[in-house]
Amino acid sequence: MLTLEHAYVFAGLVFAAYAALGIGDADNPRRFRSAGVWAVFALVFLLGSHVSDTTNGVFALALALIGGTGALSDGQKQDSETAERVTRAIRFGNALFVPALIIPVTAVIGTLLAKHVSIAGQPVVDPKQATLISLMIGVILAWIVAVIWLRPSLLAPIREGRRLMDTIGWAALLPQMLAALGAVFALAGVGHAVGILATHAIPLTEPFAAVAAYCVGMALFTIVTGNAFAAFPVMTAAIGLPIVVQKFGGNPAIMSAIGMLSGFCGTLVTPMAANFNIVPAALLDLDRNAVIRAQMPTAFLLLFANTLLMYFLAFRFGPHHP
Amino acid sequence: MLTLLGVAVMVLGFLIRINPLLAIAVAALVSGLAAGLSPEAVLAAFGKAFRESRYVSLVLLVLPVIGLLERYGLQEQARQLISRLRTATPGRLLLAYLFIRQAFASIGLTAIGGQAPMVRPLIAPMAEAALGESATAKARARIRAFAASADNVGAFFGEDIFVAVSSILLIKAFLEQSGIVVQPLELSLWAIPTAVLAFFIHGTRLLLLDRRRSTLYPQK
Repeated sequence: MLTLEHAYVFAGLVFAAYAALGIGDADNPRRFRSAGVWAVFALVFLLGSHVSDTTNGVFALALALIGGTGALSDGQKQDSETAERVTRAIRFGNALFVPALIIPVTAVIGTLLAKHVSIAGQPVVDPKQATLISLMIGVILAWIVAVIWLRPSLLAPIREGRRLMDTIGWAALLPQMLAALGAVFALAGVGHAVGILATHAIPLTEPFAAVAAYCVGMALFTIVTGNAFAAFPVMTAAIGLPIVVQKFGGNPAIMSAIGMLSGFCGTLVTPMAANFNIVPAALLDLDRNAVIRAQMPTAFLLLFANTLLMYFLAFRFGPHHP
Repeated sequence: MLTLLGVAVMVLGFLIRINPLLAIAVAALVSGLAAGLSPEAVLAAFGKAFRESRYVSLVLLVLPVIGLLERYGLQEQARQLISRLRTATPGRLLLAYLFIRQAFASIGLTAIGGQAPMVRPLIAPMAEAALGESATAKARARIRAFAASADNVGAFFGEDIFVAVSSILLIKAFLEQSGIVVQPLELSLWAIPTAVLAFFIHGTRLLLLDRRRSTLYPQK
């Protein structure tokens, strides 16, 4: 059965190749430190499952220290040999889209089929992680098709991958690092502390005040942690269930569905949600907060709309339980 | 309450623009120590979570293929395709992408789209091409930022309509612990009003990009 562990080995080999190729890059004055980052990152993927938590912690700390002190760029200017690319685009035409689309199409087919395909009673793909594993299969398929069709040098995909990694810079490490920080926050009881603050800050004597405190609280907590999933249990246990549902008789399905979506409004405006907001800014050669700025008015309007929706729907469609 | 100091470190780090990787390391240590953990325990907890979160970095593996195709003219071809369409404007194009992204997400197909596989090589160059060749660098940057926003808004406010998505399963599990049984279908039903509003709010803002094009983004 294909599991995430196989995907991690593939990832580890690719990052190790970035490191090996990076050492030879004489144009880069910080080549040893940047190769060091990719080498440690490769170890996290290749060995992470086999070494202790503390060793993984040392890996993570090393990445933060080397990657956070100038080994990786702040996002490089992207090169522009456009003339050559235009000629090639004319030559290869719309067929260039085919390998690019293999990735999402394989991911979708894999997700849909994962439950049904099994050999000798064993599923071929771990059904719990079907989308991620199918995405990796798609990447490998697209890689093979592109290399056979375009016939670049064998190292070209690694070189191009490293080039794009350089344009992202340290932001590439940010999503995984923030996810780990979220787990430490949860362990330290940050959520509990925010819940106490939120319930004591506002007198929740009116249904509207309770609904507003819950929706805005979901968004604020998500801004702090970068993750609406971490905000939901805390804010719902503090305000949603005891006040909106039990005290004022709101419908719990409406309260939770719209509450979660209020958290997503927070995701749109927080740099803590790095993979949605910071990495794309780097990928698109933009100022670090440009994507957040584009999303901010939508997030505020939608949070306001969510508060009104919950207020008008949750009490009308009534209590759902005794 | 002292554990909130970790959050304060992140906010401070953001304000004084220290490298976020360093701010994260300090914030984790401060929060852990404030909660009474030893430095070794914080290191182990951070390492465990870092290992368990490896899946969020897997999307970086699309870069070698995308980079290779870009070298062979993928972005230029995407631009070429759009500049032949007279009726294409950045606003209309991104509105169409927002719709497709949200529609696919709402039937569970969140894998169609994404910032690295879709927005960077295809959607952003197409939207820029629709802006016209004489547009300023500032206008182009703004359009690229909105291309990324269309992907995020479509994914976030589409996926919750699908019954088997992780957020719905999380809500169901949490409510069950509190003795309340809800059906996933009920939860996805009540996500529809917000999804519709998200489409109209963000869609309107995307179309406004076209209306204000002449005043906000003077052609040079």
